[in-house]
Amino acid sequence: MRHFIVAFAALLASAFPLALTVAHAQPVEVQINKGTLEPLPIAVPPFSGADARTTELGGQIADVVSKDLERSGYFKPVPASTFPEKTLNVNIQPQLAAWRQVGAQALVNGLASIDADGRLRVDFRLWDVYNQSQLVGTQFTSTPDNWRRVAHKIADAVYKRLTGEDGYFDTRIVFVAESGPRGHRVKRLEIMDQDGANPAFLSSGKETILSPRFSSSNQQITFASLTKDAIRVYLYDLETGRRETIGEFQGAMAFAPRFSPDGSHVALSVERNGNTDIYVYDLRSRESRRLTSDPSIDTSPSYSPDGGQIVFTSDRGGSPQIYSMSSSGGGAHRISFGSGQYTTPVWSPKGDLIAATKQTGGQFHIVVMHPDGSGERTLTSSFLDEGPTWAPNGRVLMFSRETPGAGPRLWTVDVSGRNERLEPYPGGATDPAWSPLLK
Amino acid sequence: MVLNTRALLKTAAGVGLAASLAACAHKGPPPPADTGPPPPPPMADNGPPPPPYTGPSQAPVGAVPGSVQDFVISAGDRVYYELNADSLGAEGRQILDNQAQWLGRYPQVTVRIEGNCDERGTREYNLALGARRAEFIKTYLIQHGVAAGRITTISYGKEKPIDAGSGEDAWAKNRNGHTAITAGAVGGVNDSGQ
Repeated sequence: MRHFIVAFAALLASAFPLALTVAHAQPVEVQINKGTLEPLPIAVPPFSGADARTTELGGQIADVVSKDLERSGYFKPVPASTFPEKTLNVNIQPQLAAWRQVGAQALVNGLASIDADGRLRVDFRLWDVYNQSQLVGTQFTSTPDNWRRVAHKIADAVYKRLTGEDGYFDTRIVFVAESGPRGHRVKRLEIMDQDGANPAFLSSGKETILSPRFSSSNQQITFASLTKDAIRVYLYDLETGRRETIGEFQGAMAFAPRFSPDGSHVALSVERNGNTDIYVYDLRSRESRRLTSDPSIDTSPSYSPDGGQIVFTSDRGGSPQIYSMSSSGGGAHRISFGSGQYTTPVWSPKGDLIAATKQTGGQFHIVVMHPDGSGERTLTSSFLDEGPTWAPNGRVLMFSRETPGAGPRLWTVDVSGRNERLEPYPGGATDPAWSPLLK
Repeated sequence: MVLNTRALLKTAAGVGLAASLAACAHKGPPPPADTGPPPPPPMADNGPPPPPYTGPSQAPVGAVPGSVQDFVISAGDRVYYELNADSLGAEGRQILDNQAQWLGRYPQVTVRIEGNCDERGTREYNLALGARRAEFIKTYLIQHGVAAGRITTISYGKEKPIDAGSGEDAWAKNRNGHTAITAGAVGGVNDSGQ
């Protein structure tokens, strides 16, 4: 039985177009098919509780875990109506043969309780149904109002054990919330959990917010703010709510900010006399340095995870394309050579791929390519797809999609191009940026 | 393949451009009626041909010389760009000539040039492209006698479309440079930044 787990993990780590099905017979075997990857059937019955309050919390936690796993595209929750056991004691092995009968291949159960200090404690188990063995047994403790984060951490633990890759559920998204008619859009800075829960505005709406990004510490956001006569780059401290401008660019436009991987610098675009170049601002010394100086547009910088390289958009060759250079400037060379225009490059946190927006044939696409520009694959296509951001595990991309006559929405897609989904956040939204895993 | 697509888009945009210029003229107040005060001579010589008036009759009979409205009517406050372009053709240059002349007559007026783009590009690249468009206009006005200190520039990228539609006509209108009077006009200025 261990075979299916190992094979499932191996699959995720291997070439993307592959697919697998798990045969429902012993011994479990893996078949590689073309076209479809069969999601793993998993049962997540409500976690039990010690009293009415924790029983309710237990049900809510199991629901969040189930939805996280389902949205990843790699898991298919077994419907609650088929559950052979309604209440499971976390200290007793479930009737795994009965769960196997309803098609579950993995089972998650748990117990929520409140300890003497008033803290929420959640014990959970992950079971291999075919092999009748426990794969994970862990507990998390937190304040009761943090129960969603506990649920996301459980989902991350399950995801990691079954896929071999780090999870990405205990994360947040910072983005631009859009409301009002076009031409008079109100664009506010907003933050939410990756599943759309706990949305909170971070700006008033008087200014137009563009392209927010997280620092690696998860404590700071940088973004651009456009008013009628200026565009500036700001730092926002999530803990204190304080914001400050960065850089002294004497009335020049400053935009497209991105943190370096260690959070010590911000790369950004500065426009002077119609020419836009990339600068880097040192947050400690508060000095800026110019990295590009050609007469074309250079913008949308993105650091490699090791901090050594920067990919960016430039039209120095006549149309917008993706270039790569040393993060100290110099050595710039074009990497995108497909037909069309390429903008908004973002380096995967794993370092293996660069995602970008591609415009060709009257459509916009989210594409990925290797850092040398080879192996380009198109993941999405629509009237206007724009601005991909990577989940911290480098497997999922979020982007905005706008269709004529409708407001922009956030979508996600697996790096394989499968599992394109509307993000649960219900409002108009653009410019998403995925946080690192929360601590 | 790319070139073909582009050529096609360019042709379509050109058609949209003509439509948008007319539409833009409709958007502003109507030209002065016969009974109103005569317009300043330079406008009569160099202004764009008055568009046929088909809009609602809500505007005053004539613009006060030196007012924001006078600038919009007699010079034109917006010029339109072709797809992916950052310089202007003869039509746009004519409007900038009018602007330079008007600004020459009212030297206390200051302006902000706002560069705008259509939605068929990504946000940050369009911010940079709009800045190029604004800079082209600024340079042109300076070359035609307007003091550099009277002009500031900004790009709104694709953030402030004047046409909410999605199609070639709307995109042609939204690729524009807007000259907004920020101070010094007769009758004051309501600077909304649009």
